Amino acid sequence: MFWPEVWRFGGMTEPLGEIQRLQREMNRLFSGVFQPFSRNFPPVNVWVGEEDAIITAEIPGMDPGKMDISVVGDTLTLSGAREMEVLKEGESYHRQERSHGRFTRTMQLPFKVDADKVEARYDKGALRITLPRAEEDKPQKVAIKSA
Amino acid sequence: MEHEGKKVQKKEAQTPIEAERTRNQKVYAPIVDIYEKKEAVVVIADMPGVDEKSVDITLDKNVLTITGTVEPASYKGHSIVHAEYDVGDYERAFTISDEVDRDRIEASVKNGVVRLTLPKAERVKAKKIAVKTG
Repeated sequence: MFWPEVWRFGGMTEPLGEIQRLQREMNRLFSGVFQPFSRNFPPVNVWVGEEDAIITAEIPGMDPGKMDISVVGDTLTLSGAREMEVLKEGESYHRQERSHGRFTRTMQLPFKVDADKVEARYDKGALRITLPRAEEDKPQKVAIKSA
Repeated sequence: MEHEGKKVQKKEAQTPIEAERTRNQKVYAPIVDIYEKKEAVVVIADMPGVDEKSVDITLDKNVLTITGTVEPASYKGHSIVHAEYDVGDYERAFTISDEVDRDRIEASVKNGVVRLTLPKAERVKAKKIAVKTG
């Protein structure tokens, strides 16, 4: 392999390798919880318990009917659209900081989800999705028999 | 300088004195849209987690302050494994022109969005002046 920079600064190989190892470690640490998000709206928090996972998102000003939540296996997809205020003739913006348009986020959970029991609640601009762990995916306890 | 090297005992106050909060919680500035209509200025602020009881709007002299308090949620038996946002209170202030009709200011909260309508006072509404000929 041709690594000119690394060979020239021979002393650099060590810390560089260390950084790469750390990066791999971080990726491995998070890979079970989520995959790289294509976009960062809406921001989400993921809580995991033994029986279920809770995903919360801040999406103010949404019509709950225009949000789409779907679960396949261990993957959750959250999509929707936020309407833009249409200004009439003669009206003008002083500031426009809020974002509009369509958004889609896909997250991979650390376990399979029982899609029938998923619950979503939208209150005060915050979305909370409860995703119970699928029964067949729960860890099985093995009883040890004594002779 | 004889004072040099000595530990400073008292910190000088900033002017104007910045008010510290008694609640030990993070404070965020809500993102806003502001647009002007013929008869009013409309302020729309994204404040997820607030409702009509936890939002406070004050107009002191010509400073409009929007504050909101939010209680952070925690789920028993769950640990947070991924966090992209933090929950905290909201505060943002705007200096508005004197031309707002204070008595007719309207505010509403829906789905975590605060909407404020600041009607312009009668006297500043644009008056059309007819141009006479001759």
